[in-house]
Amino acid sequence: MRIRCPHCGPRDNGEFSYLGDAAPIRPDGMEAPPAAMHDYVYLRDNPAGPHRELWYHGAGCRSWLVVDRDTRTHEITGVSSARDVALSRRTGEVA
Amino acid sequence: MRYSLLSVLGQALRGQRDWKPQWRDATPKTEYDAVIVGGGGHGLATAYYLAKEHGLTNIAVLEKSHVGSGNVGRNTTIVRSNYGLAGNIPFYERSMKLWEGLEQDINYNAMVSQRGVLNLYHSDAQRDAYARRGNAMRMAGIDAELLDREGVRGMVPFIDFHNARFPVKGGLLQRRGGTVRHDAVAWGYARAASDRGVDIVQNCAVTGIRRENGRVVGVETSRGFIRAKKVALSVAGSTSLLASMADLRLPIESHVLQAFVSEGVKPLIDTVMTFGAGHFYVSQSDKGGLVFGGDIDGYNSYAQRGNLATIEDVMEGGMALWPGLGRLRLLRHWGGIMDMSMDGSPIIDRTPVDGLYLNAGWCYGGFKATPAAGFCFAHLIARDKSHEDAAAYRLDRFATGHLIDEKGMGAQPNLH
Amino acid sequence: MTTITLRDTASPSGATPATTTGQGFRTATGGMIDRRRPLDFTFDGRRYSGFQGDTLASALLANGVRLVGRSFKYHRPRGILSAGSEEPNALVELRSGARREPNTRATVAELYEGLEASSQNRWPSLKYDALSVNALAAPVFAAGFYYKTFMWPAALWEKLYEPMIRRAAGLGRAAHAPDPDTYDKVFAFCDVLVIGAGPAGLAAALAAGRSGARVILVDEDHRMGGRLLADQREIAGRSGADWAADALAELESMPEVRILPRTTLFGVYDHGAYGAVERVGDHLAVPPAHAPRQRMWRITARQAILAAGAIERPHVFGGNDRPGVMLAGAVRTYLNRYGVLPGRTIAIFTSGDDGWRTMADVVAAGGQVAAVIDSRASVPAELRRAAEEAGAQVICDGYVTGTKGHLGLEAIEVVDTYGSRQTIACDCLAMANGWNPIVHLDSHLSRRPVWDEAIHAFVPGALPSGMVAVGAAGGAFTLASCLETGGRAGAAAASACGFAGAAPETPKTDPESIAHTPLWRVPVSKGKAFVDFQNDVAASDVELAHREGFRAVELLKRYTTLGMATDQGKTSNLAGLGIMAELTGQPVASVGTTMFRPPFTPVAIGAFAGHHRGKDFRATRHVPSHAWCEEQAAVFVETGLWLRPAYFPKPGESDWLETVNREVNTVRAHVGVCDVTTLGKIDIQGRDALALIERVCANPFGTLPVGKARYAVLLREDGFVLDDGTVARLGESHFVMTASTANAAKVMQHLEFCHQWLWPELDVQMVSVSEQWAQYAVAGPRARDTLCGIVDPGFDLSNEAFPFLACADVTVGGGIPARLFRISFSGELAYELAVPAAYGDAAWRAIMAAGSAYGITAYGSEALSVMRIEKGHAAGAEINGQTTARDIGLGGLLAKKKDYIGRLMKERPALVDPDRPILVGFRPVDRSQRLRAGARFLAIDAAPSLAADEGTMTSVAYSPSLGHWIGLGLIRRGPERHGTRVRAYDPVRDGDIEVEICSPVFVDPKEEKLRV
Repeated sequence: MRIRCPHCGPRDNGEFSYLGDAAPIRPDGMEAPPAAMHDYVYLRDNPAGPHRELWYHGAGCRSWLVVDRDTRTHEITGVSSARDVALSRRTGEVA
Repeated sequence: MRYSLLSVLGQALRGQRDWKPQWRDATPKTEYDAVIVGGGGHGLATAYYLAKEHGLTNIAVLEKSHVGSGNVGRNTTIVRSNYGLAGNIPFYERSMKLWEGLEQDINYNAMVSQRGVLNLYHSDAQRDAYARRGNAMRMAGIDAELLDREGVRGMVPFIDFHNARFPVKGGLLQRRGGTVRHDAVAWGYARAASDRGVDIVQNCAVTGIRRENGRVVGVETSRGFIRAKKVALSVAGSTSLLASMADLRLPIESHVLQAFVSEGVKPLIDTVMTFGAGHFYVSQSDKGGLVFGGDIDGYNSYAQRGNLATIEDVMEGGMALWPGLGRLRLLRHWGGIMDMSMDGSPIIDRTPVDGLYLNAGWCYGGFKATPAAGFCFAHLIARDKSHEDAAAYRLDRFATGHLIDEKGMGAQPNLH
Repeated sequence: MTTITLRDTASPSGATPATTTGQGFRTATGGMIDRRRPLDFTFDGRRYSGFQGDTLASALLANGVRLVGRSFKYHRPRGILSAGSEEPNALVELRSGARREPNTRATVAELYEGLEASSQNRWPSLKYDALSVNALAAPVFAAGFYYKTFMWPAALWEKLYEPMIRRAAGLGRAAHAPDPDTYDKVFAFCDVLVIGAGPAGLAAALAAGRSGARVILVDEDHRMGGRLLADQREIAGRSGADWAADALAELESMPEVRILPRTTLFGVYDHGAYGAVERVGDHLAVPPAHAPRQRMWRITARQAILAAGAIERPHVFGGNDRPGVMLAGAVRTYLNRYGVLPGRTIAIFTSGDDGWRTMADVVAAGGQVAAVIDSRASVPAELRRAAEEAGAQVICDGYVTGTKGHLGLEAIEVVDTYGSRQTIACDCLAMANGWNPIVHLDSHLSRRPVWDEAIHAFVPGALPSGMVAVGAAGGAFTLASCLETGGRAGAAAASACGFAGAAPETPKTDPESIAHTPLWRVPVSKGKAFVDFQNDVAASDVELAHREGFRAVELLKRYTTLGMATDQGKTSNLAGLGIMAELTGQPVASVGTTMFRPPFTPVAIGAFAGHHRGKDFRATRHVPSHAWCEEQAAVFVETGLWLRPAYFPKPGESDWLETVNREVNTVRAHVGVCDVTTLGKIDIQGRDALALIERVCANPFGTLPVGKARYAVLLREDGFVLDDGTVARLGESHFVMTASTANAAKVMQHLEFCHQWLWPELDVQMVSVSEQWAQYAVAGPRARDTLCGIVDPGFDLSNEAFPFLACADVTVGGGIPARLFRISFSGELAYELAVPAAYGDAAWRAIMAAGSAYGITAYGSEALSVMRIEKGHAAGAEINGQTTARDIGLGGLLAKKKDYIGRLMKERPALVDPDRPILVGFRPVDRSQRLRAGARFLAIDAAPSLAADEGTMTSVAYSPSLGHWIGLGLIRRGPERHGTRVRAYDPVRDGDIEVEICSPVFVDPKEEKLRV
């Protein structure tokens, strides 16, 4: 499998490590309810099909990446810097 | 027809003409007391024990393909009960005891071969962790031996004791562990369950779980609606997909685990051996092929295939441990889809949906669990109460903190 | 066309080259062997001779050797079926000693001078095999018989039945010694990968190569050309072989084309990744010096053209496994390519026009064709006429129903359309039952092939983008269509990569007919009719599987073992499916196929591992003081990838314990130095650096002033401890965090995750500097004195100026920048000095020199561990991923007023249960007794059981400071039970001793030594 790192170009998946689903959002702050944290830490949709997920280019640029991949075919339709995605999400929250 | 040497000899004279199908290829009825979704080892064992232990026979096993088409026929056939945590120990020992009597019980030779499982250690810390585990096993009445380097050499003299990057210092041995002919487990349970009246329905894919007033009333299938008071999911690899039909999200990810077999050769190794400094374990099948495996590929996958990086990692482990493997040839590699749970341990429990039962999250340890999973799941389905040996496998343990994390890896399935 | 004549072995040998002595089946001329280069070899100890260019199989056939092996189950005599990698029967042990390679297909093993081969799975000899009695019991040994018996008594399985089965099973014997050869890895990238160098592959490579695309052309054979080398064909007025040679010459002239013969493309992986293995030295007795035996290629291709060809199908009839029964295409290969006529009298059994080609070639070579039996009722008249002209008997609408012979074919039994039977003498039978496209590779990405009724075979289904199958591999069987589909695909693939490729004009070829009516099995036949030769699966086994309900293809395969041998069913699968289709009354299309999996043909495990074996299995990381440690004959220990000095034995010390005790005592009384470079070091800078640290650490940091360090505990989000370390504040917005050796990478990844994904708005940058800084712990009452000799004058090291937990940028050795931390793992007055790694060795030596006046010792990881246990510090055995901060006695440190990773989840009921085991100290009641980590705690009078288990001893050490063994462990309600006794139960080491629970801090509990 090859992942097109936005900084390093297409690289063998052996250079990356995988975390999992990028959909769960951490409930930040002292007011966060434990149940929400439980869901964030433990529950996953685990779809057979398109999946937004987090990979870490540990043997490359050390960037966290958001990868859009189909879990049935492994077809990758998008790779972006996780920080950019997270920042734009923050902007969205503010707006 | 009962299987025996006599019946085999008798049929030899009759050109093997009188054998009957080993299980009935049933057409689904419109209604059952319980349906088990998944005709793999666990589902078939569940059906068998429901019939045998609880007298339930108006039940069906629904299999989307054919009997044993999932992980029961894709694993590396190892059985063992060498766990270290109290939540796991009695369960896997129950399984081991059931393995030991399985063939006579179901009248099917699954070639249960107690050739020993040897986990190698390479450091003092690893030795102490194995001692900790072995001591827990011994306290539960399970056999465990801590071998030193010479003890290991006596069993597997051919591994690298001279030039290893991570020298072997000893191993934890469970002599009662070993291997079982995986397909035969599915077939044997299918035959035994079918003989007791269970309907085994093949080519019947579940497409929906119908509920009324929060209670399960049956399943939609590719062969029509089947009414059932109880629906039990036993579909490792696809658990999340089936659970989502009942709007459940689970602490499970599906991952691919690869397995490997070499060309058949004359006997080389007569135990199951795991490398402690890399991802590699190996045994030899009765047919002569070395059966080996390593770590999961590490990403969510519903594709039953893996990639080269993992394959190379496994072979490197093999060569590091056993340099005589070099010229032996890899014959075939394949993948199976694992239910990787968030603490590395399974779930046998009721669900928030009335009448819906769950047997899931087996990670890559489901095969050895087959008899006990069937036994305990049957108990749960029949009595609506967890069997004491599986009492720790609660679905709510992630909320309560009663985790069963043998490796201490935390809520990241690909690290278990 | 060359004329080949069979050398008359009866005539005086004077007229023929001496080198063919004994090669009674070699033609006098012809073939692509080099008759000037004879090669001697042995088979089962007997000497034979062949030629350069032979395979072991062709050389054996040239010498009239037909019996080559014994089958798996019945030990039936077996010969050579094919001429390629699909061979199920002719498996031998090649070479000897540490290079012995079992199950080697004689049909692909290239002959070399001195080649040694032995038959396998026979005892005492190939001709007289004791286990051939199994054949008598064949009626018992039907598919799956072992599932029905060997169950009584249960104990006999491991003792008797299984060993018996295991000894009988398996084929060859593996080498027991380490593989003496090496394996290389190559990573290659190309635009167009062409798999197979037959007519289709060559046409594809030419078209793509001419466009300028980067092309890699692979073929498993040592000579490229595929069937063009095996058949008498014409392309553009030349022989097919000549055309192939010209094509290769042109390809070789193209700079962007790489040609890899002897290279098997074994697997197709995701995203255009392909695995191939090149046999660099297998055609030699031993690989040349400095060359690997094999090379593993990982090829990344934008486009791939599958041109792997097709495999011929055998017929299924009684006795079809007798040596001398061969595939018709193989007969032509041996004849045309190797100059070997595999029989004196050849019969042909065909179900299509293709088989008749064999007759023509044999006749042209001067061979004798006894008969052509065609199972079809209607056969073109010109084919029949040609046979009759050649003196061959022609039987249409007939079958071969059986074979006769002892260890090889002597005659066939034939029935014709009228049911009349006859026996025809022959020593070779050529079977032509159609061809199966090689659909294996295109199935590797989980795509199933589809049935093509027009050619009665499975062809590739929908392929992943960037992949196309051409020629016979794509179901285009005629030579013209091979050239056409290949050329077109080559041009298309090149243009898909941005090269202007034009499909070449397809050259003119001689006409051919591929009409064919498959015959899945001969309806009337006697004896075992084999489907899978190697695994001894007969048609009757397929019937039995059907009878017992194993009708799905996967069940059929697994129950009968059909297709599970080393050839993975290349010649057998379809016959099995065809018979099952007949039995179930379904079309073959509905029966489907089993899944083809990599590798295409078996690949040496060593090739996958490459150089990652022995000491090179994984990289070895050395600490900066490594050279000095080696000079001192330190004993090293593997710690992850690191090789750390464990202890430094001195002359006269009798064992490790004496050495470690001396190191500990010296540190506690004087001073010692330890290389702690292996710790993870993360440099964190930026306006929000502190904010990030606050969120990832569970203890509060808000008050940490510049110039101070603090212990740090990090949790995972699930509330368990991830790691511990220190955070030092070197400047207003500049911090250095340390992590444990084992978790250094994990913590770095975690911090990056927190920053990049959770809190991207934080203005912070971080980098791992673990390798940039050498770091040494200098500990003991004379630590300050020692450091005074290192740190440049002007820096005040006094306790007042630089107290416990102080940190600062300093210079050492006259201006070398360094960092000094007053932190202690040993409980002594201690510092950690970090210098740029390039100065690591010098700084270490300088410390040793500066400390010599104070009696300094170097100490290793063992003494380090003893002292941390004496001080009750948790380490890897306690922070094992299963413990919370509360469990290891750090609950009191945790922040109350901030959100941090793991804050919520650590409060789950089970994790705050007062009954959870908590860290305390242990000492043996009888102080002379030794403690062991891994022991479990039980009440003194409790019978061992899981219910009685109260916890575990996690770390132990002999404390020279106290003069007895001490331990740390987790036990229920530990802190409430100081002074009480329990058993440390350790049955795996026969241990069972009484221990007393105590404070985990064994030495200097008031920390008087720390702050002086």
